[in-house]
Amino acid sequence: MDKTTPKDNAALDALSSYDDRYQEQYGFEDEAAAYEYLSEKGLNPEVIRAISRIKGEPEWMLEKRLKAYEIFLEKPMPAWGGDLSGIDFDNIHYYIRPEKAGNLKATWDEVPDYVKNTFDKLGIPEAERKFLAGVGAQYESEVMYHSLQEELSKQGVIFLSPDEGLKQYPEIFKEYFGTVISARDNKFAALNTAVWSGGSFIYIPKGLKVEMPLQTYFRINTKNAGQFERTLIIADEGSDVHYIEGCSAPIHTTDSLHSAVVEIVVKKGAKVRYTTIQNWSRNVYNLVTKRAVAYENARMEWIDGNLGSKLTMKYPSVYLMGEGAHGEVLSLAFAGSGRVQDTGAKMIHSAPNTTSVITAKSIAKDGGVTTYRGLVRVEPGMTGCRTSVQCDALLLGDDSAGSVSNTYPTMDIREMDTVIEHEAQVSKITDEQLLYLQTRGVDVALARGMIVNGFFEPIIRELPMEYALELNRLVELEMEGSLG
Amino acid sequence: MSLLNLENLSVAVGTQEILKGIDFAVSPGEVHVIMGPNGSGKSTLAQTIVGNTQYQVTDGSIELFGKEAGNTTPDQRARAGLFLSFQHPVAIPGLPLFNFLYTAYTAQLAGEGDILDEQKKLSVNDFYRTRMLPPMTWLDVPEEMIQRGVNDELSGGERKKTEVLQLAVLEPKLAIIDELDAGLDVDALKMVFAAVNRVFEQRKDTMGLIIITHNQKVLDYITPTMVHVMMDGSIVASGGPEIAQILETEGYKGING
Repeated sequence: MDKTTPKDNAALDALSSYDDRYQEQYGFEDEAAAYEYLSEKGLNPEVIRAISRIKGEPEWMLEKRLKAYEIFLEKPMPAWGGDLSGIDFDNIHYYIRPEKAGNLKATWDEVPDYVKNTFDKLGIPEAERKFLAGVGAQYESEVMYHSLQEELSKQGVIFLSPDEGLKQYPEIFKEYFGTVISARDNKFAALNTAVWSGGSFIYIPKGLKVEMPLQTYFRINTKNAGQFERTLIIADEGSDVHYIEGCSAPIHTTDSLHSAVVEIVVKKGAKVRYTTIQNWSRNVYNLVTKRAVAYENARMEWIDGNLGSKLTMKYPSVYLMGEGAHGEVLSLAFAGSGRVQDTGAKMIHSAPNTTSVITAKSIAKDGGVTTYRGLVRVEPGMTGCRTSVQCDALLLGDDSAGSVSNTYPTMDIREMDTVIEHEAQVSKITDEQLLYLQTRGVDVALARGMIVNGFFEPIIRELPMEYALELNRLVELEMEGSLG
Repeated sequence: MSLLNLENLSVAVGTQEILKGIDFAVSPGEVHVIMGPNGSGKSTLAQTIVGNTQYQVTDGSIELFGKEAGNTTPDQRARAGLFLSFQHPVAIPGLPLFNFLYTAYTAQLAGEGDILDEQKKLSVNDFYRTRMLPPMTWLDVPEEMIQRGVNDELSGGERKKTEVLQLAVLEPKLAIIDELDAGLDVDALKMVFAAVNRVFEQRKDTMGLIIITHNQKVLDYITPTMVHVMMDGSIVASGGPEIAQILETEGYKGING
């Protein structure tokens, strides 16, 4: 019996036209891509040894990897969050090394053409010329291009792939690697520790303020790919840096897995802002662990924009370890048809007089699911802490499409002397709002777009202009496939 | 040519008939005041003219700027030159009033056919200087208010001010002003009607005004061409300002009886 209703067909049409546009703007696939090493599908100690051998790693790192692999096998899959049953760990290439990887290239001309063309289409070299202090470009498992303004490098800033960081600065690397997020943290942190490749390694010296952002762009090209980058940022006392992460992939019919670990150490009086614009295609599981520790009077800000992927589970955290530390998460999630954005934040107040702010804004449309999942904990005796949590959700499209917005805000406050603010609301675009805007001459689609952009505005205004425009474009791309 | 011509207009919400055979026309240079008690159908009339689909036209017709309005959408009517100052303006958080008005201006310039003549389009700066700044001064609207989300966290009085600001900026051919006086003190009332008069005086060769109110005091600030009294979905009396006098002394009973 044919159970397809006209509404389903409309939904499919909207979806396929969305896919067409995504494919054109972000999802082009490089047929010419050539790989120096493509690990057999599936994971075993041999794959891990091969990764470590090809990279020429020290023994301690191989041991860490192998131990993490054991932990990965032991740990159960998370029983909460989105549906992870579609992940087939045996059907993933865990290490994909493009030809000419290694020996970081500092000019785009040295990078293989297909890699260069991809990043050209994504506008990375142009962004680098205009407003970035440094750029990394990762293709599959390896960082293929890396640059840093000479002046910053002279001042002692380190901005490298972690593979290169491990080679050039083994002491710093060993001192911090895995200290913020251990392999025992969760199954996917263990997996990442076992097979990590690429990412960023950043050190900002004492007192240095890096005016322009550093950015790394992560690209998956092939199907059934696993990308497991590892990022380690150390901001020494009184320093200031803004790091931006972008990503995209072609749409494939089989799934890919992106599982990163990001560790950040924000020392006394330092400030780190980490901005993510996540735009994975609909076949990517995005399961990422991100955590920062912030010491005395330090400030850590996560700006976390999640627009793409099949399922994202990501809860950037700040451990407030020193008095006066401040943590902030601005989270933006957009779940269109068939997508799940299970996102949020964690703030752990482990020192007195620490403050945190969580602002989460999400849109679920045409059957998409957004979940805010957050934890604020104030440890006993940590007096004078303040925390503010605001979660706003907007449901778009036809009611029958079954879009869902969930909110799970856990407040674990073990100290009476704490100031807590918490607000949550779910809303819809009202007919009154649309009519009002229409009576000024804008059509209903534009009116809807303006309301959506207005909804996200408190987060978008925090971004550098170019990224605000990029994010607006991504929101428009999501809105174009709108049914209602 | 009439800007608006209603013939035997009847309107219902669901099964309830609200407007019962309204005949009414506005030409350029005219100011029509529609008075009547709460629930007499004044706001329904305004909402029907702008094309709010909650209200179904069950009989009669609406002709706007010489064309049958039919099923045209509210934005098409706006691009043809219609404007409504809302009784209860709704908030759009995060959409700055200035950005919104520039977008609306651009859409209106493109007109009904949605073809934009870039030559005619004012730059953002020129738009601000020539279109926004003068009425902001008349209405004492601070810069900060046009950068804020449309009607977001504004008082009732501030919302009415920004409604009139929009009227001045968008330069409609026909403006309907619904209960502008509600919630305004005397000084604010003077200020917003002075601004309405100013816009109208500048453009009266081509512009018409419909003022909806149940407050006779409004007639101290505006000189109507005609006053109409609505009761129970019908226009029960039309005439010069003397009608308002009768209302003043005898109330709505004076009209009926």
